[in-house]
Amino acid sequence: MDKETGSLNKKVEEFLQVFKKGEEFTQEILRENEKLRYRLAQLEEVSKFSDREGNFKVHSMEERIQFLEEENKSLLERYRQVEEENKDFASRYVEVESENNNLANLYVASYQLHSTLDFNESLKIILEIVMNLIGAEEFSIMMLDEKTNDLIVVAQEGMGPEMHDPIKIGEGIIGTVIKSGEAFYREGDPTDLKGVDYSHPLVCIPLKIKEHVIGSIVIYKLLVQKTAFSNMDYELFSMLAGHAATALFSSKLYSQSERKLSTIQSFLDLLKEK
Amino acid sequence: MPEHNFLVVEDSPTMRQLITFALKRIPGSKVVEANDGIDALKKLSTQKFDVILTDINMPIMDGLKLVSMVRNDPVNKAIPIIIITTEGADEDRKRGLSLGANAYIAKPIQTADLLNVVTQILEGKK
Repeated sequence: MDKETGSLNKKVEEFLQVFKKGEEFTQEILRENEKLRYRLAQLEEVSKFSDREGNFKVHSMEERIQFLEEENKSLLERYRQVEEENKDFASRYVEVESENNNLANLYVASYQLHSTLDFNESLKIILEIVMNLIGAEEFSIMMLDEKTNDLIVVAQEGMGPEMHDPIKIGEGIIGTVIKSGEAFYREGDPTDLKGVDYSHPLVCIPLKIKEHVIGSIVIYKLLVQKTAFSNMDYELFSMLAGHAATALFSSKLYSQSERKLSTIQSFLDLLKEK
Repeated sequence: MPEHNFLVVEDSPTMRQLITFALKRIPGSKVVEANDGIDALKKLSTQKFDVILTDINMPIMDGLKLVSMVRNDPVNKAIPIIIITTEGADEDRKRGLSLGANAYIAKPIQTADLLNVVTQILEGKK
């Protein structure tokens, strides 16, 4: 009995020791757990902070990228605008250059037209302008005859003798131009001649002083290298219509007055002698 | 600024004035005008020119004769010559260039084209 009791006590003691160890182990685990919870809380705190900081950095970088992208876009737009302006300036420069050259041509032509009071010289200058500045090969200058009121050729270049017949006002294209005072430009390709047709000119420009038509410039054929009329040619035609008419009219009047003056002077000299 | 002396040989006063007008747009240019080939030879004997611009159809002495005389003149044979003429056919062009002209321009002239050719000649490209 005592032996059994002693064995039981020993077992109880062993159990208590095991229990105590278990209690100690449990407490130790609880402490460790506490430590781990604390560490976890710390880490969570750090993680939260670094997330906030990271988010802040990412956000500011995104804003910076957006700003740079917008700046880049606006610079590209500005570059495109400057390039457009540049192109515009270049084409404007070409236009101004061409306008400048056209004005030089018109200036020279009108300067030469009004540089003389000699009728034949005026005719020669008109021929030069039509040939050298417009590029005509066969053409004539016609004027209304004061006595017959017919159109007669007063100067020509490259034409055959058959074109020297007088033309009545209202007759054919040339007569119609004189009657209406409106310029005639043949439609279609000016180089498509199919033989020079003297009854169907390429261009017929009335020579007008205000609304009074005194003659015309008639072009039948262009130089081989001249393939089409340019804007400059139409400007020259329009300039010739007025300035050539004035030049021819004034030089004719001057020649007539010179002749009259000479006659009167001879008459006066004759009277003086008597 | 370099000085460029041009001799314009042309019987038409209108064309002379027009060519002179165009050439004067080149900085440092000086233009002397001659009415025909003989007048041009007289001027060539007294002055130095960098470029001669000549018409073909002129009284007394025509442009082709002038080109050939200049090319046979030991003093002036190296002067570049530009022919400016109404004769625009290929055979005329070939004839002018074979006589020794450096360039051939058919009338009616475009100022920009003329200045382009003159500039190329002054730069030694033609």
